[in-house]
Amino acid sequence: MELKKIDDYRWELPRTGAMRVPGIIYTSASMLKDSNQEEPLKQVANVATLPGIIKASLAMPDMHWGYGFPIGGVAAFDWESGIISPGGVGYDINCGVRLATTSLVEKDVRPRLKELINALFQNIPSGVGKTGSIKLSLAEEIKVLKQGARWAVSQGLGTDSDIEHTEDNGCMPNADPDMISKRAMERGKKQLGTLGSGNHFVEIGVVETVYDQNAARIFGLFEGQVTLMLHSGSRGFGYQVCDDFLAAMAKHINKLGFNIPDRQLSCAMIQSKEGMNYFNAMACAANYAWANRQILMHRAREVFSKTLSIGPNELAMNLVYDVCHNIAKKEVHIIDGEKRLACVHRKGATRSFPPGSESLCDAYRSVGQPVIIPGDMGTASYVLVGTQKAMEETFGSTCHGAGRVLSRKAAKKASKGRSIQRELEDKGILARWTGRSTLAEEMPDAYKDISQVIEVVHGAGISKKVAKLKPMAVLKG
Amino acid sequence: MKYRIIDHTADFGLQIFASDLKTLFADAAHAMIDQITDINSLKGLNEYDVHVTGSDRPDLMVNWLREVLYLWTGEEKLVKRARILSLSEYELSAKVMYDTYEPDRHIIKNEIKAVTYHQIQVKSLPDGRWISQIIFDI
Repeated sequence: MELKKIDDYRWELPRTGAMRVPGIIYTSASMLKDSNQEEPLKQVANVATLPGIIKASLAMPDMHWGYGFPIGGVAAFDWESGIISPGGVGYDINCGVRLATTSLVEKDVRPRLKELINALFQNIPSGVGKTGSIKLSLAEEIKVLKQGARWAVSQGLGTDSDIEHTEDNGCMPNADPDMISKRAMERGKKQLGTLGSGNHFVEIGVVETVYDQNAARIFGLFEGQVTLMLHSGSRGFGYQVCDDFLAAMAKHINKLGFNIPDRQLSCAMIQSKEGMNYFNAMACAANYAWANRQILMHRAREVFSKTLSIGPNELAMNLVYDVCHNIAKKEVHIIDGEKRLACVHRKGATRSFPPGSESLCDAYRSVGQPVIIPGDMGTASYVLVGTQKAMEETFGSTCHGAGRVLSRKAAKKASKGRSIQRELEDKGILARWTGRSTLAEEMPDAYKDISQVIEVVHGAGISKKVAKLKPMAVLKG
Repeated sequence: MKYRIIDHTADFGLQIFASDLKTLFADAAHAMIDQITDINSLKGLNEYDVHVTGSDRPDLMVNWLREVLYLWTGEEKLVKRARILSLSEYELSAKVMYDTYEPDRHIIKNEIKAVTYHQIQVKSLPDGRWISQIIFDI
C-alpha cells in the first residue's frame, strides 16, 4: 500500500476503493522501514470503509496486526449516523494501566526488592484462568458492574482519591447488567482481583528522568522515586461480553445493507437496539476492569506496607492515574469548527486529554491528563501528558505501549539457549512469572523500541513527555 | 489429527487438514485443546452434548469452537474427544468426552481468550481434502 509522507511523524494512506476517509499513520521513517506494515495498513483501510467514520482512520506508532481493527487504531464514528463495533474495542474490554507513586526512593527498596516481589507474587493471583480470593454473589457482581472502581473502595479496598485519579472516575454510568449473558456472569464471579496472563503485569519501578518539572510535580513524581505500575483488564468477563456481541452482530450485519471486508469488523449502528445493547454491556466490562485494577493496586499497597513494616500514610502509595486502552467512548469533539458527538473507538490507544478538559479532576485540570505508557519489562516506561493537539488531530488519543514485533512463537524461538531471567538480573531487574513460557514470550526483544514510539507521539505533539521510569522488579502472569 | 500453527504477531492461528468435513470439525476442536493442554494426558470420562448453528461453514466453525472453548473457560471441562454426530452447512451436533480440570494433574500451556472470525477459512482443496484456518486471540 502506498503511503504519502505528510511530515516526519505523519503519513497518509490515501482514500481508495470503498474507503470513506483516508488513513493517517503516526510513525517515523525508521519504524516504517523496520517492520511489516502491510497487514495493519490493510486493517486501517478496512476500518475507513465503515459507515459514519469521521475525518480519518488513525493508527498510532505502536500499531500492529490485530483481528479486524489494527491494534493501535483510533476511529471515531458519528453518534447519530455511525456504527459501534466490538472488534474495534477488543476482547479485553478496558484493558488498561495504572501508575502509583510512593514516598520511597530506590535505596529504601533495593535491599528488600526480592522479598517485595516474592510477596507480590504470593498475594496477587496471576496466570491463566486464575481465580481470586473474592467470590462474588450474583447481587454483588451486579454492583461491581454498575459501580466499577467505587465498588472496590466501598469494600475498603481503596480511597476516594483513587477514584478521582481514574479515567471517568472508574465508572461508565450507562452500564446495564441486564445486557450480560449468564456465561459472562459465571466467568466474572470468580476472577475479580486477578492479574491474568500474557502481557499483564505488576512492576516496581523507579523514576529515572523527569522531562517536565511542572507536570511531574503536579502528578507527584520526582527523580529516584519508587513507583508501582500495573496492567490488567476485565478478565474472562470482558472476553465473554465481546464474544457474545460479536456473535450477535455477525448475524445482524447482513441486515444493514453494507459490506464489511472482514467478519471481525461486525458492527451495529449506534442508534439501534443492537448497538446500544453492546455499548451498555461494554460499560459493565469496563467497570469490572476498573474494580479489578483498584483491587490489585490495593493488594500491592498492603504487600508494601507489610513487607517494609511501614504504615499506609508513610508509604503514601498514591494513584497518579488509571487509563484504559481498549474502549469505545461517547465524547464531544470539534469537527470542522462544530461540536459533534462521536463514538471514539480506542483499540490499543490511550486517551490524551488536554489542560482545561472538564473530565479531569481539579488537581490535573491546569496541566492535562496523565498518560501512562508501559514499555517492555527490560527497558522503560513513560508518563506523558495530554495535549490540545491530540484533541485537534486524534480525537484526544495517543499510543498505548511498545507494540509487539515478534509473535509469541518467534519470541520463544529467539530466546532458545538464553536465560531471559539472567539477562534481566544483569540489568538489575528481578522477574517472577506464572506461565511456563511467559518470560520468553514477553522478553524485551519481542517489542518495538518504546523510545521510538514515544519520540513519535511527542514529536507529533499528541502527548508530551513528563517522565521516564525504569523497571526494578516485575511480576508477570 | 493433522494441524499446523500459523504465526500472527499479536495472536496465533491453526490450520487443520482432514479428509472429510466431520473430521475437520472434530480435529479443529482437538487441535485447539491441544494448544491449551496436552490432549493425550486427558481422560475422556464424561460426556456432554453440543449443538450449534451458523450462517455458513466458517461461522459454524467459529461457533463450534466457541462452545468447546467455553466448556473450558466457563466450566473447567477439557475436551479430549469430539464425535460429530451430524453436520450440515448451518448446523452441527456433537458428543464430546471431557476431563474435569484438576490443577495437580493438568498443565495449562496457553490461554486462549477467544476464537476470532479474522481470516477464518473452511474450504476444500483440489486434492479433495478439507482445510480450516482459525485465528485465536491469546
